[in-house]
Amino acid sequence: MECVLGVVGRDFAVVAADTSAVQSILVHKTDEDKVMVLDSHKLMGASGEPGDRVQFTEFIQKNLHLYQFRNNIPLSTAATANFTRGELATALRKNPYSVNILLAGFDSDVGASMYYIDYIATFHKIEKGAFGYGSYFCLSLMDKLYRPDMSVEEAVDLVDKCIKEIRLRLVVAPQNFIIKIVDKDGAREYARRADTSNSPSDAATVTA
Amino acid sequence: MSIFEYNGSAVVAMVGKNCFAIASDRRLGVQLQTIATDFQRVFKIHDKLYIGLSGLATDAQTLYQRLVFRHKLYQLREERDMKPQTFASLVSALLYEKRFGPYFCQPVIAGLGEDNEPFICTMDCIGAKELAKDFVVSGTASESLYGACESMYKPNMEPEELFETISQALLSSVDRDCLSGWGGYVLLVTPTEVQERVLKGRMD
Repeated sequence: MECVLGVVGRDFAVVAADTSAVQSILVHKTDEDKVMVLDSHKLMGASGEPGDRVQFTEFIQKNLHLYQFRNNIPLSTAATANFTRGELATALRKNPYSVNILLAGFDSDVGASMYYIDYIATFHKIEKGAFGYGSYFCLSLMDKLYRPDMSVEEAVDLVDKCIKEIRLRLVVAPQNFIIKIVDKDGAREYARRADTSNSPSDAATVTA
Repeated sequence: MSIFEYNGSAVVAMVGKNCFAIASDRRLGVQLQTIATDFQRVFKIHDKLYIGLSGLATDAQTLYQRLVFRHKLYQLREERDMKPQTFASLVSALLYEKRFGPYFCQPVIAGLGEDNEPFICTMDCIGAKELAKDFVVSGTASESLYGACESMYKPNMEPEELFETISQALLSSVDRDCLSGWGGYVLLVTPTEVQERVLKGRMD
């Protein structure tokens, strides 16, 4: 039931993901950050097998840093995306990672860009995308409401609409989400969305 | 569902008079869901040689990268471009290398050979070449494409007529296949120029 979604606006990109860590019927935690900040100007939203997700995204992050240390220049978003795709493709027929990735970044020459890389290393540059069961609700919303040069407020509003739809219509829906943004000023957390309306988040033994 | 039908694809190539055309659909899907409507399936190897790769998108991308690598090495060593027939043999060999763990792709190769003679061929996922003099098809819409091409094709068509024929064959075939479509991409190659066109069909 994990959802990752992303949208590219005018000189920025937004990546949002749910923050639930679930194993079978148990909710381990409700504040798991699935959008990794790869470097100063890149975000990688990932969903899939929890171990693979953390290991693979950290692997990409460390390799990115290594490149920067060795070459004194950061890797571009396109190059990072192609590197990520290459690692997934190489592992595919040996020891595959079950991780779906939305990689968004900002480069001064190209602007903001986002790449869809699924778990079998299908690679495509996109303006709007989503993974998981939530994508069945989000993609059509985005098709209708997305415009190519949205402002940050409009893009986050679109993401909020997607989150609202997921909360309402997906069975066992994740309630809490994290939204991160990347633009010329860097990659950072933009907001968290927590649904405090129905169920209590404290344990039953906490005294009132 | 078969692994060849996971992403959905349609590729066709046709021979005309001293020219050829290669076309594909533009949908990238994951089973029933459409991810993108601008996915590229036809790739350039050199100015007079193109390859369309239908089937699993990830394998099409990996295979294309390997083929470009091999062709660039060939260019460095031989100081010339590969002939289409040679390239087809290369693709066939690469695919058969993976006989017991294949790339889930069916390539369609189209090029202008010696004396600008058009060459087209297709092969299955393990490299069984099939040369043709008229047209070759592959992808989830291949059965429809066979029918459409067989009825619409005439030998020795001029470039404009060839473009019209291949476009109509592609669009009418993908309209009967739920996994391919969302427009078309047609490349028409003559000895002097290359024309790329994007078709708008039924966007569903």
